[in-house]
Amino acid sequence: MKPASHHTQNSYVGGHIERVEDYRFLRGEGQYLDDVSRPGQWQAAFLRSPVAHGRIVKIDASAALALPGVHAVVTANDIEGEIPTIPFRRPNPTIGPYAQPIIARDKVRYYGEPVAMVLADSAELAEDALGVIVLDIDTLPPVIAREAAMSDKVLLFDEVKTNVPTVFNADKGDAEAAFAAADYTIRDQFYTQRQTALPMETRGLLAEWDAKLGKLSVSGAAKLPFFNRKAMAKMMKLPEEAVDYIELDVGGGFGARGEFYPEDYLVAFGARKFGRPVKWIEDRREHLMAIGHSRECSSDVELAFSKDGVILGMRGSLYVNVGAYVRPNGMTPVRNAAQFMSGPYRVPAIHLDAYAFVSNKTPAGTYRGPGRYEGCFFIERLMDQAAAGLGIDRLEIRRRNLITHAEMPYPLATVLPSDGRAETQCDSGHHLEPFELVVKDSNWAEKAALQGKLIDGRYHGIAIGSFIEGGASGPQENVRMELHADGKVGLYAGSSAIGQGLETILSQIAADALELPMERIEVFHGSTTYLKEGWGSFGSRATVMGGSAVLDAAKKFLAAFKIHAAARLGVTIEEVTVSEGVARTADGRSVPLAEVVKDGINVDGSFKNQTPTYTYGTSFAHVAVDAGTGHVEVIDYVVADDVGRIINSMTLHGQVMGAAVQGFGSVFSEELVYSDEGQLMVGSLADYLVPLASDYPVVRCHSLESYPSPTNPLGAKGAGEGGIIPVGGVVANAVANALSSFGVKPNVLPLSPSRVWEMIEDARAKA
Amino acid sequence: MKIELEVNGAAVSAEVTPRMTLADCLRHELHLTGTHVGCEHGVCGACTVIVNGDAVRGCLMLAVQAQGAKVTTVEGLSLEEGLTPLQQAFKHHHALQCGFCTPGMLTTLHALLTDEPEASEERIRDVISGNICRCTGYVPIIEAAMDARASYQQSRGDK
Repeated sequence: MKPASHHTQNSYVGGHIERVEDYRFLRGEGQYLDDVSRPGQWQAAFLRSPVAHGRIVKIDASAALALPGVHAVVTANDIEGEIPTIPFRRPNPTIGPYAQPIIARDKVRYYGEPVAMVLADSAELAEDALGVIVLDIDTLPPVIAREAAMSDKVLLFDEVKTNVPTVFNADKGDAEAAFAAADYTIRDQFYTQRQTALPMETRGLLAEWDAKLGKLSVSGAAKLPFFNRKAMAKMMKLPEEAVDYIELDVGGGFGARGEFYPEDYLVAFGARKFGRPVKWIEDRREHLMAIGHSRECSSDVELAFSKDGVILGMRGSLYVNVGAYVRPNGMTPVRNAAQFMSGPYRVPAIHLDAYAFVSNKTPAGTYRGPGRYEGCFFIERLMDQAAAGLGIDRLEIRRRNLITHAEMPYPLATVLPSDGRAETQCDSGHHLEPFELVVKDSNWAEKAALQGKLIDGRYHGIAIGSFIEGGASGPQENVRMELHADGKVGLYAGSSAIGQGLETILSQIAADALELPMERIEVFHGSTTYLKEGWGSFGSRATVMGGSAVLDAAKKFLAAFKIHAAARLGVTIEEVTVSEGVARTADGRSVPLAEVVKDGINVDGSFKNQTPTYTYGTSFAHVAVDAGTGHVEVIDYVVADDVGRIINSMTLHGQVMGAAVQGFGSVFSEELVYSDEGQLMVGSLADYLVPLASDYPVVRCHSLESYPSPTNPLGAKGAGEGGIIPVGGVVANAVANALSSFGVKPNVLPLSPSRVWEMIEDARAKA
Repeated sequence: MKIELEVNGAAVSAEVTPRMTLADCLRHELHLTGTHVGCEHGVCGACTVIVNGDAVRGCLMLAVQAQGAKVTTVEGLSLEEGLTPLQQAFKHHHALQCGFCTPGMLTTLHALLTDEPEASEERIRDVISGNICRCTGYVPIIEAAMDARASYQQSRGDK
């Protein structure tokens, strides 16, 4: 294989470009948080609540403090004044009282809530010390299930009289009138189980306090370094400039890693209070109980149709268990489920109520495709049932309702109360295009004969479904471009790397815009030290927002180059043209970029945009169900999406495929199970079953760029999440199709072997 | 207590406690941080190293058990400069994203393909099913391994 050689203009973007990050990762030279240590550092370990709900009576740490190598035990009593609560990223008027305190003072509200932090010479000694701290808690009745929570009989927060922080309303048109006029309606109840993103690197931080400068440095940033710096500064009562967030290599994000968690504050608090570097790295059991959970959503929803299968309206209620507190991004899955349930379909009238309720479970946040995966499962299950009820082919009913290019921009429901994203619209695209591609590529016409057929002891089923994926989260991204002494261009980006190949993507865009080989671009990212302000990587935004900011910076960089070159050549700026790193005059004189190093080029670029992009697509599943064991094999899976403009076909393919396989984990095996007492019953990767290499060998992905986004100069759309969104609905429909002779309704996820087997046995018992 | 072993071809010694795992010893005592720790209970495979020719979970083996052993980590699989054919194949097939599971994938596959350079796709899938990757969906990892077989077949032929 050849290394990337000198390309001429506009040849990197759109290419199949191998990643610049890979070299260090493949040689074991990546630098993740736990690979970094400081002399004299202390290690932190957290004592966590062993019960779901209770009042703290006593914490006696004397035995722990007596152990050699143990330096301190921090509890709520060490925090002066009010216990700080973690600021919201998406505030709304009613969630204030539900914010998470950085440590439990009087009450514990979930199994795993931090109640004390031990600081010791090593992680082992700190963990030893946890074992001898006496923690006395008077238990309170746990609030676990939706009915108990919404009854408000036991309140999580005594000062507010309800366990329902917010009810979001998604509205469009007149839903009641639509239902009154309908020829056919279909209503059903669904449930998506509690899950977590599970990045392979657990969370961790290294905090250092410089007492002389009054500066705090936090290594281990991910996703949102600039927001987290603001949050930390606010809670620490420090000026923002006194806090730096430093990004190292990040072992996966998927929405959960990089949000501000209670431990983040406590680790920094320890460093500041004791003047020692403090490091913390989470173990996997802690990770499962403490990082953001997501997806636990039940629904009772209804679609109205005309007799020819045209959707007239949608209504119903969604109920999301957000856990014990509202975390910084905890409401996003709730409002998203309401806004995006209509998905790729033309739904003229909508009224949905989305209830967020608190419970004594780990507080929730986002996981790839937040709310969208849930909503897609609900509507796709209804679509297949409607097709059967109306006697219309499953492909045909979708063709009649998918949004077309002529209807763009297509408005979705408005969601109130607003968290800053009340109104939105699909930006571009023709949803029938990926749909027909998948119909063809999946060989639907031939496979249709398999529906419900028993072959060699297994029932076969197929299904198809479509989705939209929001991306390009606003409001802005910044970059800085600097000419380095060696003639390379330093690109300092506010976007963060979370494993998605950011360095490669931004290098490609910059190299094309500057007409330089990629090797001459060096990308620095994710740390607050590079830029005054930045945003990061969330909501599938880094390519669109960061990449568009790169275009702006490149324009200014070339303009500055022209100014310097013109001065050196003794001509006006207008007389200079620039291409491939060389400024030229008409009479043949020239100045290469490396020659203006002494003049200095250092420019800022930015891109402002509050209009999300909407990638859209379709997926297909063919499954075989063993009625004896309940095991479901995915025989074939195809997904096609249109991302507006492909920047790197290889990394895009990786995003779509990786997301699809994560989706299989969502559908079949991953579940954070709680006991009735609120104990998390999942403590290891032997209990939390993510997909393995032997599980889903066949996944095929196709990406299109037929309809660029009008919202940004690249024409690109966010594409990191779409692959996971349709998996629940499509696979559940394929299972329903396979088991149509039993009349089962797979409305509750995950479709574990035991659940599938039970559905079949229940159907047999009734027959 | 002191242990003596061979790591990546060099004789080394380390001062370890009886409860220290081999993975922690490699990472924290010998500063070979290419070996990653993802679960500490033997499920994810990120900490896989090669001990006397076998792929072993560094988190399930105590450092003291490595007394006298020959240990190879991802650093030991790497060339002075450039990439090995297996590493090249990973890059070419986009078989890594965040890179955290990658060292364990490489050590596991290296041990497998050294012993079984003709391993079938099914065999590779089966063996690599002991290593969790959350990013790629595995398909490109299998493709990379299939691609890299040729170089292992060749080096076996060379012997």
